[in-house]
Amino acid sequence: MSDAALPDGVERREIDGTRRLATRGEPVYGEPTADGWRAWNPERSKLGGMLELGLETGLTGGETVLYLGAASGTTVSHVADFAGPTYAVEFAPRPARDLLDAAASRDRLFPLLKDARKPETYAHVVETDVDAIVQDVATRGQSDVAVRNAEFLADDGRLLLAIKARSEDVTADPETVFEGALDRLRETYEILETRRLDRYHEDHLGVVATPR
Amino acid sequence: MSDTDAGPDANAASDGGGGWFEALPSDAADGNDIETESDDDATAAAAARIRDGTAPAPDDWPARAVESGFVDDADEYYDRLKAATTRATRDAVRERERADDAQLIHAVRAMDDCERVANELAERAVEWGGSLFDEVDPGIEGAREIAAREPESEVERRAISLAERAVELDGERAALAETIGRIAPAVAPNLTEMAESELAARLIALAGGLDPLAKKPSGTVQVLGAEDALFAHLSGRAPSPKHGIIYTHEFVRGTRPEDRGSAARALAGKLTLAARADHYAGERRERLHADLRERMATIRARADDGGTSDGADDEATTDGGTDDE
Ligand SMILES: C[S@@+](CC[C@H](N)C(=O)[O-])C[C@H]1O[C@@H](n2cnc3c(N)ncnc32)[C@H](O)[C@@H]1O
Repeated sequence: MSDAALPDGVERREIDGTRRLATRGEPVYGEPTADGWRAWNPERSKLGGMLELGLETGLTGGETVLYLGAASGTTVSHVADFAGPTYAVEFAPRPARDLLDAAASRDRLFPLLKDARKPETYAHVVETDVDAIVQDVATRGQSDVAVRNAEFLADDGRLLLAIKARSEDVTADPETVFEGALDRLRETYEILETRRLDRYHEDHLGVVATPR
Repeated sequence: MSDTDAGPDANAASDGGGGWFEALPSDAADGNDIETESDDDATAAAAARIRDGTAPAPDDWPARAVESGFVDDADEYYDRLKAATTRATRDAVRERERADDAQLIHAVRAMDDCERVANELAERAVEWGGSLFDEVDPGIEGAREIAAREPESEVERRAISLAERAVELDGERAALAETIGRIAPAVAPNLTEMAESELAARLIALAGGLDPLAKKPSGTVQVLGAEDALFAHLSGRAPSPKHGIIYTHEFVRGTRPEDRGSAARALAGKLTLAARADHYAGERRERLHADLRERMATIRARADDGGTSDGADDEATTDGGTDDE
């Protein structure tokens, strides 16, 4: 693979005439496929955008992942395609119904209808020392959610976080919002890399962090 | 999500900060395809623990599950976890969506209120408008015509304004109907497929919820909405009603009068099964719909044969008495 930053199981494949990020698994959201590979659309996935933009996610393939804000499973289905055991937390019943469908063909993707602000309600299910926490909850208090869930992460694990500025404050300047969010994160995490995801997601910041 | 379905053991275990699998029987729920009764029970118990349990902190659950003898290895652990989390999430989603039947009931009642008040106001506006302007159509249409006018006096301004309110309320009625169309399929997929959103919502509202509807015998479902006629019948003043609100269903209304009793009985029987499927399973059941279509084809074929109604269909508490509509 030319792209060193991509985990095993994620490749750039020729699909519908273009080279696109892809994983191997059952299609979930009507994405195009070729030879068993399904295109991973970075415009519909913050983690897809982070990989596309070349952030050092530390993902290698086969790791244990805690995914917060799984929604209907668009991104977490790709994660489960290349990762190992993947815990998918979502608190809204409607998208969780679709998440169940996405999880049906993935035997190491565990759907959980839980509130990510209350880790004690799934600490009896999600194992300790996961290799990565992927978070995309897009609600107020995004850093807070990451801090509360740090207890699941291995000492050398990675937090892969998407912060949506408008979820914190619609009126404030995004940069100001990001600064505030990063400050809160630094209480628990060391920030390794940040990148605006605007090419795919307007006013979103991608963050790679590791526990302090 | 009550802790009643978790049971005292589960709570004891969660207080101790154990994993979801602790205090569960270890000999059932193998991750294989042969689902026996007890496997299913074990998965249900595990799912209840997943939903209701807590722990102050995570732990190396796969290792602890192997140590405690719950499973032989990590693979088996994850297979069981998969079955339990899937079941837990499916149950929880279903329960939460089912709770939306309350919203559906509010929406359908609000829709009826809007319709009634819109018509009342429209009637008043039309009557008033008729004295001010020439040629006004009756009902909401008339109100719409009046609302489009420019007032030339204070009195006209009031009459036109009143007509506008009627039109707006009619718009609210339409918006509520759309909302009902969106939420009914989520609350009751089978019932909605069989009855259309509005009738499904009305049946749920008349019964007071999906749960009570699912518990009613089909003879009761058949006459829901005809309570007055039923009461008259029970007090000996009238023949038993053959159908209530389900009369609005094409299968009843579109069937020739002498076969309507059979059609209503057959439809009520399937609607009852649909409500039960929605309440207890929450999944689409193709068989139900195919059965109803078949049954209706048989009943309607009688008309083609020139035959007469035999009236002996499903279980039902009412018989084919008079034809009331
Ligand atoms: C932007 S969407 C996630 C999209 C998803 N990550 C993907 O790319 O496929 C945000 C989701 O987070 C969920 N969410 C928000 N707050 C949450 C919380 N406290 N706990 C769990 N889920 C939450 C929302 O219900 C919503 O489905």
